[in-house]
Amino acid sequence: MFTNNPFAGLSASIPPAVMQTYVLIMIVLVAAGTLFDIVHKGSARYFFDNWRKSKSAGPWQVGGGELVSLAVKTGLVDVLASGEFCSARRRVAHLLTMYGFVIYVVTTAVMVFGYPTPATPTPGILPLLWWIGGLMICLGGYWFWFFIRVDVVAEGNSPFRIMPADLFILSLLGSVTLGLIWAFLQTRASSGANVFFGLYIIATTVLFGSVPWSKFAHMFFKPAAALEKRVSYANGTRSNLPGPADKPERFGSAREQPRHY
Amino acid sequence: MPTFVYMTRCDGCGHCVDICPSDIMHIDKTTRRAYNIEPNMCWECYSCVKACPQNAIDVRGYADFAPLGHSVRVLREEAKATISWRLRFRDGREKNFVSPIRTTPWGSIKGPAEYAAPAPEDFAKQELAHEPEALNISGGLPALRRDQLKVGVV
Repeated sequence: MFTNNPFAGLSASIPPAVMQTYVLIMIVLVAAGTLFDIVHKGSARYFFDNWRKSKSAGPWQVGGGELVSLAVKTGLVDVLASGEFCSARRRVAHLLTMYGFVIYVVTTAVMVFGYPTPATPTPGILPLLWWIGGLMICLGGYWFWFFIRVDVVAEGNSPFRIMPADLFILSLLGSVTLGLIWAFLQTRASSGANVFFGLYIIATTVLFGSVPWSKFAHMFFKPAAALEKRVSYANGTRSNLPGPADKPERFGSAREQPRHY
Repeated sequence: MPTFVYMTRCDGCGHCVDICPSDIMHIDKTTRRAYNIEPNMCWECYSCVKACPQNAIDVRGYADFAPLGHSVRVLREEAKATISWRLRFRDGREKNFVSPIRTTPWGSIKGPAEYAAPAPEDFAKQELAHEPEALNISGGLPALRRDQLKVGVV
């Protein structure tokens, strides 16, 4: 089951060209949706305005070399290691979902474009990675949905209460879960596989087609915001925050040891 | 001076929702970021500003005494047990303050849930829950002896 390319099995009923066209349409939907999101919300204009303001207001100038170093740090710490999260649980869940999504999407594209039919045997590692990626998304995503989500943890609402902010995570979990169920049923030659394939396509289309209304675009603007934050620390503006305190050097009063507890 | 949230800084962790005594910090239903649902009910306690691990919450002064363009920013450093304030006025003047906020290390005070629940008979006592142990006073609660009292009073 884990070494079986589900898309090659599908080529008997759906031509590979149709599958490949669908993947290309999804890529176009993400690009167009992100551009629309940037223009509609004015996030790019806000970012560059902030950038300009921060650059001229700082006591120090950030040189080209330092800027490259900050960009590399942003990439390594804030993007690749989800360094902006303050909660370890949220960070682990995000890393599982993020890397799971990357592995899942890349292996899907490679299998659809490189090994679309049983005539070109798929290396066993690709479907295996596809399964691992999908299961990582499920693990991180359902953990987030049922236990970490702030509506449940801080606001005390039911885990089943759905609102517009859930569009991204729900369509992602729906797409991946239905895709894994479809692949499982396909290896069993079950008649239900076609039903789950239909649901999988609907959920996937919602995931990639809803970019302007979901938080899908955060993977583009969050790194930009993290870089701007690092630059503001480097040039001394620190987003107007006070500098780190140099005193007191120890707890309690400077004159006497605390004795009131 | 009601609070507001920088959406690009907020990661929706919910600390401000937990701590707000007015229960006016909520999570936005579309963006899943914190926001102040009722700024005119904010009593300016700064709890959310200090608690935010991303420093994403700021304070906006009322225009009659703090014209637009000023900034009040707070940085809480748990390891140092300090809180720092940076006030920047519209004319460019700046004031910085640092205050100690703890006499014990961060996280060293036990929360109510970490103590055993009081027994039913404890409710009839004069002491509060877990007193006198919780007061950390060796030898029990301080009390005056009879010979220390004024003659004729008792």
